[in-house]
Amino acid sequence: MPQMEFADYAPQLIWLAITFITLYVLMSRIALPRIADVLEQRQLRLSNDLEQASALRDEATKALEAYEATMAEARSQAHAIAMETRDKIAAEAEKRRAAFDAELEAQTAKEEERIQKAIAEVESNVRDVAIATAQAAGAKLLGEDLPADALGRAVDSQMEQRA
Amino acid sequence: MAAGESPLEQFAIKRLVEINIGGVDASFTNSAAMMVIVVVLVTLFLTLSMRGNAMVPTRWQSIAELSYELIAKTVRDGVGLEGRKYFPFVFTLFMFILFCNLLGLIPYSFTVTSHIVVTFAFAAFIFIGVTILGLVRHGAKFFSLFLPEGVPIALAPLLVPIEIISYLSRPISLSVRLAANMMAGHTIIKVFAGFVVALGLFGIAPFVFLILLYALETMIAFLQAYVFAVLTCLYLNDSIHLHH
Repeated sequence: MPQMEFADYAPQLIWLAITFITLYVLMSRIALPRIADVLEQRQLRLSNDLEQASALRDEATKALEAYEATMAEARSQAHAIAMETRDKIAAEAEKRRAAFDAELEAQTAKEEERIQKAIAEVESNVRDVAIATAQAAGAKLLGEDLPADALGRAVDSQMEQRA
Repeated sequence: MAAGESPLEQFAIKRLVEINIGGVDASFTNSAAMMVIVVVLVTLFLTLSMRGNAMVPTRWQSIAELSYELIAKTVRDGVGLEGRKYFPFVFTLFMFILFCNLLGLIPYSFTVTSHIVVTFAFAAFIFIGVTILGLVRHGAKFFSLFLPEGVPIALAPLLVPIEIISYLSRPISLSVRLAANMMAGHTIIKVFAGFVVALGLFGIAPFVFLILLYALETMIAFLQAYVFAVLTCLYLNDSIHLHH
């Protein structure tokens, strides 16, 4: 059994020591630090990216909030403007209507007065004509002059009755 | 059976270059040649694959990172944060044994780890190192390792010798497990390879078996290297934390 050849032990052990120590030095000085470095950098990069992503998400959320606030403000402002405009237009219309009403009233009053005056005039004319007619009729039929003031009273009472 | 056909012939140490230093035989043997090849291959594998230092690893870089993380996790889980110092040693140990096991599976090559003297050298080094580490770290308290906590003092005369024996047998079990696995596997492969040739056309049956056996041996090569690393971590943990 070759494993029991004691004479072969020394060369195996010597070369085992040489090669294993060499490999240990190569691993611990060169290979392992490089792998550790790459792994660490990847970890760093990953956590950095994650951090950045979450920061961007926060930013986006904030932007959305700002947008919504602006929208709400604009909406309420638009509402206010609409209300104001409506009120203004209504007030204007009211004012115009009032002015028109006043003018109309004045005109009506004036016309009424004129009509009143015309009526009065006509009325007074009717009285004179009635008196004159009565006088003329009296003169023609009775042959006597009827007193004007008595005729006037009679006409007045007749007109009062008819009115 | 002729000498060349013995299944054990593959384990023979052959002196390639005779070297003698002060009466000590330091000849460069086939075993030493394999060790040198292992050192070169492991170094090339871990440096060339990491040459790109890519953020997204290539296939080879992935394997290198995977082996790094496997051992890093084993050390971290087995020993904890104090194990960081010993990580390069455990990693070197794992890689050395793994490559010795795997390269030994190549026909006509030589399996360094099939020699008990090699595995025992590893085991003894770990055993002595771990014991010194425990004594330096804990002083006399280190011997509490031999009396598990919470055990009635009456049982001590029985338990302490058992614990001491189990502690002392660690290097033996550690080294024999690896060397025996390697030796047995390679011997069986050699025997069945002999059948393939001897049976001629009917050799197809042992040939199929040989293929399956070869796959199994490849797995064992990896597994035994890993077991060696795990047990090293376990012993380190005992010395650092004294049984938790």
